[in-house]
Amino acid sequence: MGYKASFKVWRGDDKDGGLHDFLVEVNEGEVVLDIIHRLQATQAPDLAVRWNCKAGKCGSCSAEINGRPRLLCMTRMSTFTEDETITVTPMRTFPVIKDLVTDVSFNYQKAREIPSFAPPPGVQPGDYRMQQVDVERSQEFRKCIECFLCQNTCHVVRDHEENKQNFAGPRFLMRVAELEMHPLDAEDRVSAAQEAHGLGMCNITKCCTEVCPEHIKITDNALIPLKERVADRKYDPLFAVASLFRRKR
Amino acid sequence: MTEIERHNYDVVVIGAGGAGLRAAIEAREQGKRTAIICKSLFGKAHTVMAEGGIAAAMGNVNSGDNWQVHFRDTMRGGKFLNNWRMAELHAKEAPERVWELETYGALFDRTKDGRISQRNFGGHEYPRLAHVGDRTGLELIRTLQQKIVSLQQEDYKATGDYEANIKVFQELTITELVKAGDRIAGAFGYWRESGRFVVFETPAVVLATGGIGKSFKVTSNSWEYTGDGHALALRAGAALINMEFIQFHPTGMVWPPSVKGILVTESVRGDGGVLRNSEGKRFMFEYIPDVFKEKYATTEEEGDRWYTDPDNNRRPPELLPRDEVARSINSEVKAGRGTPHGGVFLDVSTRLPAEEIKRRLPSMHHQFKELADVDITAEPMEVGPTCHYVMGGIEVDPDTGQSAVPGLFAAGECSGGMHGSNRLGGNSLSDLLVFGRRAGLGAAGYVDSLTGPRPLVTEAQVSQASKDALAPFEGSGENPYTIHTELQQVMNDLVGIIRTGEEMKLALKKLDELRQRANHIAVEGHRQFNPGWHLAIDLRNMLWISECVARAALERTESRGGHTRDDFPGMDAGWRSTLLVCTTSDEGIDVRRQDQIPLRADLLDLFEKDELGKYFVSEELSAHRAEGTA
Ligand SMILES: Cc1cc2nc3c(=O)[nH]c(=O)nc-3n(C[C@H](O)[C@H](O)[C@H](O)COP(=O)(O)OP(=O)(O)OC[C@H]3O[C@@H](n4cnc5c(N)ncnc54)[C@H](O)[C@@H]3O)c2cc1C
Ligand code: SF4
Ligand code: SF4
Ligand code: FES
Repeated sequence: MGYKASFKVWRGDDKDGGLHDFLVEVNEGEVVLDIIHRLQATQAPDLAVRWNCKAGKCGSCSAEINGRPRLLCMTRMSTFTEDETITVTPMRTFPVIKDLVTDVSFNYQKAREIPSFAPPPGVQPGDYRMQQVDVERSQEFRKCIECFLCQNTCHVVRDHEENKQNFAGPRFLMRVAELEMHPLDAEDRVSAAQEAHGLGMCNITKCCTEVCPEHIKITDNALIPLKERVADRKYDPLFAVASLFRRKR
Repeated sequence: MTEIERHNYDVVVIGAGGAGLRAAIEAREQGKRTAIICKSLFGKAHTVMAEGGIAAAMGNVNSGDNWQVHFRDTMRGGKFLNNWRMAELHAKEAPERVWELETYGALFDRTKDGRISQRNFGGHEYPRLAHVGDRTGLELIRTLQQKIVSLQQEDYKATGDYEANIKVFQELTITELVKAGDRIAGAFGYWRESGRFVVFETPAVVLATGGIGKSFKVTSNSWEYTGDGHALALRAGAALINMEFIQFHPTGMVWPPSVKGILVTESVRGDGGVLRNSEGKRFMFEYIPDVFKEKYATTEEEGDRWYTDPDNNRRPPELLPRDEVARSINSEVKAGRGTPHGGVFLDVSTRLPAEEIKRRLPSMHHQFKELADVDITAEPMEVGPTCHYVMGGIEVDPDTGQSAVPGLFAAGECSGGMHGSNRLGGNSLSDLLVFGRRAGLGAAGYVDSLTGPRPLVTEAQVSQASKDALAPFEGSGENPYTIHTELQQVMNDLVGIIRTGEEMKLALKKLDELRQRANHIAVEGHRQFNPGWHLAIDLRNMLWISECVARAALERTESRGGHTRDDFPGMDAGWRSTLLVCTTSDEGIDVRRQDQIPLRADLLDLFEKDELGKYFVSEELSAHRAEGTA
């Protein structure tokens, strides 16, 4: 049943800020986002937090709970003991706007740098034919809710501002893989992955996979296969010619 | 005073859900400089939460399907109160809109022969819903989002600027539409992040702001659903129709309390899930209404056979339209046959193998496991009705999406008419695409038709709008959260799933009191990302719209679709041809009656006269083919 929990919530803006202590009621079945909402309603009406669906579907409520990147709406209070102090801080890799809200525009920039789906020439709408087994690979990546927790976690950009320019991050490298594996996409994406989007900087630590709330196997199913395609091409001088004739799988 | 940020566009689309994005794509493809504005981040609109699928009569799974069958199902679902022209356009154009998504890169689940797979859903005669597991809305919104990015990439190649012709203004709330004379001149709003004001000058606004569910306590809707577009249109002089019709989805989560209302997709039932009361009985067999008697199985055996042999069996009553199922669940719980937490059981675990459940319903599996400690492959869920969708909305011209105000267009959930008194599952996502595109075209056409200088937004209008927006900082009364909670309780208890005249009169009195109190709301802090202030502004819209709902519901003395009166339990054919229309005047909100345009003869002929006789008064049927020859 109900008890009072100790919370430390980071409050502040782009200039300064720090952890604030709160003692707040917790009821059965609640998630951390419920507690943040209770703080807004009772103690801190201007506490800033993003959320929409409250069901792990929209990817708005990303933050760090006791230092771990998580969705606030999918972190149940029952995973903590009653005497544990729970610390909630904004995602670290992105600039803070206010309290738990960060500036995630980096991700929208990266999204724009990935060339879009290229429809197969000559195939009319309604005539697309694909087998379930062939779409499933890309479908796994399209489960992504763009919470950007993987982007926040990847050590290539976490605490390395200087790498942001040349590295698309796991979410958008996965987007390249998704299009590359799309049965009907008409574009070749392999060399750009390496050169323009920074696939080479990924050293397959799998930290991105660990935090993904959608349990997408980002590293194993997207990044490593993409790296393999890059490698194939590098060591095969005939590939450039062959690929002109190759039909996409 | 500091300079206010100003932008100039040909078309401004308010809303970045399915309807808004599709409208914006169309306006941009018609060569119009287009802005998209949304309260959340780009890609997070409510559409992302849609689960089950998008209805389109492609006939991929059952070749018997076509637009006429879809049209009939839609009209039946809406109890023939639908705007038939909208239902016709929707049924005809939905397949093209779905196929078009594939050309934008969407990846739907497939049939064996490689086409888009389609699933069963309540009220749809054939398997009709294109889907991606149970995350169809995510696919839809991401696909449209990525299409917009691809248009921006084209513009970048041509001009060096991604945002030359289409730009997304995210986390920006519009608080006021501005008119010059009788037509649209622009829109006024604030950046949520900084609290700074912005003015958009534009001759054409497309409203695509979604629904109103946040006025109710138990709802599947997010914080964004505060009826902003409804209220903006109303204040700008447009009319709202059908506001009494609210869809309570039969299956929301009921436990634990913090997730009460969160949706359990209808696909659970479409894929074989059954409803049982605490006595273990499949109670829906008791609740098949007369108008649907011929279409639904009367025994469990027949219902079960239907999943594998739909041509020779009738469908199980779990798949009745939502209003019927929601009311039945409500009755079972009231009669004391509910579950420990006040719902009924929804069980798919005894119907499908665990692996199959995980494949077909992955996000439901995840949702119950993470939020309720329930493994749906091994045990039943507890479910009950939740406020889900508003059928009512801005009255528009079906073909162009234009409202009564020149330059003001609307599409998606904030528009009204298409779904009549009750929406079928899957018909919203298709509605967004069909009418989003049409509103985009309509707005572009309107801009082309204008001659002379564009209408201007005056300084006086801007300073008035700023003053209104800042008023909550001057207040000395209560905090907005308190008033919001009370509003939700009032709407839930008094204007909810089952209504009576007395209760709604009481609701109107309470709404009036809440409005007085809301005038004195006090918010703390400053303008930068301040949720208290944001809620104070949204609350005004919720109060307007709640009053429309309550007034219209009091006026309609019958029960139909998403409007159930305990004191007038029957459907009254006399009311079928009457719409209730809300507008504002100096006295407040007016509700008046308006005749429906009679159903076009060739569409009337798509039904048998016997069936129509259950809904229409006999004079209305004189144009039916069965009359002509006699
Ligand atoms: C859980 C759930 C499941 C569903 N499943 C299905 C399904 O399977 N099939 C189906 O057909 N339908 C389904 N629906 C219904 C359907 O998802 C919605 O009706 C539909 O997505 C609404 O889309 P829209 O484009 O009208 O608005 P939304 O997608 O809600 O977008 C509204 C937009 O308007 C913006 N906005 C609102 N007010 C303002 C303002 N003042 N200023 C600026 N921007 C503003 C918001 O930020 C948002 O971007 C479901 C609904 C829910 C809640
Ligand atoms: S696997 Fe690659 S992308 Fe993922 S966290 Fe490690 S380095 Fe980053
Ligand atoms: S891949 Fe996973 S962690 Fe990364 S943005 Fe998508 S959902 Fe979030
Ligand atoms: S609120 Fe949508 S993922 Fe948490």
